[in-house]
Amino acid sequence: MDPRVNVINKRLANVGNIIAVSGGKGGIGKSSFSVILALTLSQAGHKVGLMDLDFWGPSAHVLLGSHGNFPEEEKGIVPPQIHGMKFMSIIYYTEDKTLALRRSGFDQAVIELLAVTQWGDLDYLIMDMPPGIGDVTLDVIRFMEKVRFCIITTHSKVVIETVKKTLNMLKQLKIPIMGVVHNMKKENVSLEDQIKTLDVPFLGKIDFDPGLEDAVGDPKKLLETRFAKNVGKLILQR
Amino acid sequence: MHEWALAESVVLTAEKTAKEQGFEEIREITVQLGQLQQIEKDVFEFAIKEIIQTQKSLFKKTNIQLQEEKAVFKCQSCGHKWMFEDNTKKLNPEEFEAIHFVPEVAHIYMPCPQCKSPDFEIVQGRGVWVNSIVGKERD
Repeated sequence: MDPRVNVINKRLANVGNIIAVSGGKGGIGKSSFSVILALTLSQAGHKVGLMDLDFWGPSAHVLLGSHGNFPEEEKGIVPPQIHGMKFMSIIYYTEDKTLALRRSGFDQAVIELLAVTQWGDLDYLIMDMPPGIGDVTLDVIRFMEKVRFCIITTHSKVVIETVKKTLNMLKQLKIPIMGVVHNMKKENVSLEDQIKTLDVPFLGKIDFDPGLEDAVGDPKKLLETRFAKNVGKLILQR
Repeated sequence: MHEWALAESVVLTAEKTAKEQGFEEIREITVQLGQLQQIEKDVFEFAIKEIIQTQKSLFKKTNIQLQEEKAVFKCQSCGHKWMFEDNTKKLNPEEFEAIHFVPEVAHIYMPCPQCKSPDFEIVQGRGVWVNSIVGKERD
């Protein structure tokens, strides 16, 4: 018996909301959205945790400019505070080297981190998910009872097709779906009606923001971007 | 101590088993400690004993058996098989510690000693595993 799976929900017992930021493809802004959502909620006075579960391409630490931080050992591992929120990533243990793992290895590493990370009291835990539906997503669905999914899409037909598949699977498994966010929105393009036909809430749009790249690595600058302003509106609407 | 979190998972597993099987007492918990994770056996045992103190009725006569399991690896690329101690000489303390927290990062720090591929299987001895839970059923 793998004992670790039985302790995961205890680790999350004092977490109010768990939001998995997911999407069918890479490069659609899941990490940017996760990090800026977490920073925005934290700035609004909430207790926030952020977990980068994209072990193939962890990047939340790059967005946050997190260097030289390491979790503390206290009846498990306690994530360090980065810009007012708790931040957990495999990067603490890989020293930014490439982690070449087969799927079973990722599965084991995710379960390990979920089992030993002591989040304490949080209003929100934001999970930056890897692209698509794989072992990590299935583990989150299986082991995190309170999780809700926030799906990111762009206007690309290729991305939308994968989003449909993701939504179908989540519906089939009866997993709560917060809704879909249209990211990198260009002028005169709206996905709102198309998303509503998928029978899920349309959460809002985030304009394509050419200024985002210059803010990478600096949480204060990230919060000043148009991207962050759009995320702020999206939260207020809810 | 990081061992505490894993010890807690073992105790919760025993409690869950007791509930499912209708045990009024847990008589023995046998846990396998995989060599790769380098769990401190004494620390782990101390943690389990501390945690079960809070559930005296279920764990009043519980025997804790900890069995160490050697770690064995097999390269998916060249087929070479090796043991943990065959390939640890170049590890620094930080790398040992990283493997202790997340054993899968061994794929970074301990590639196949023959072909240097990170693509290997951990055949056995990864981490903490509950082998058996023996209990006394309610009369």
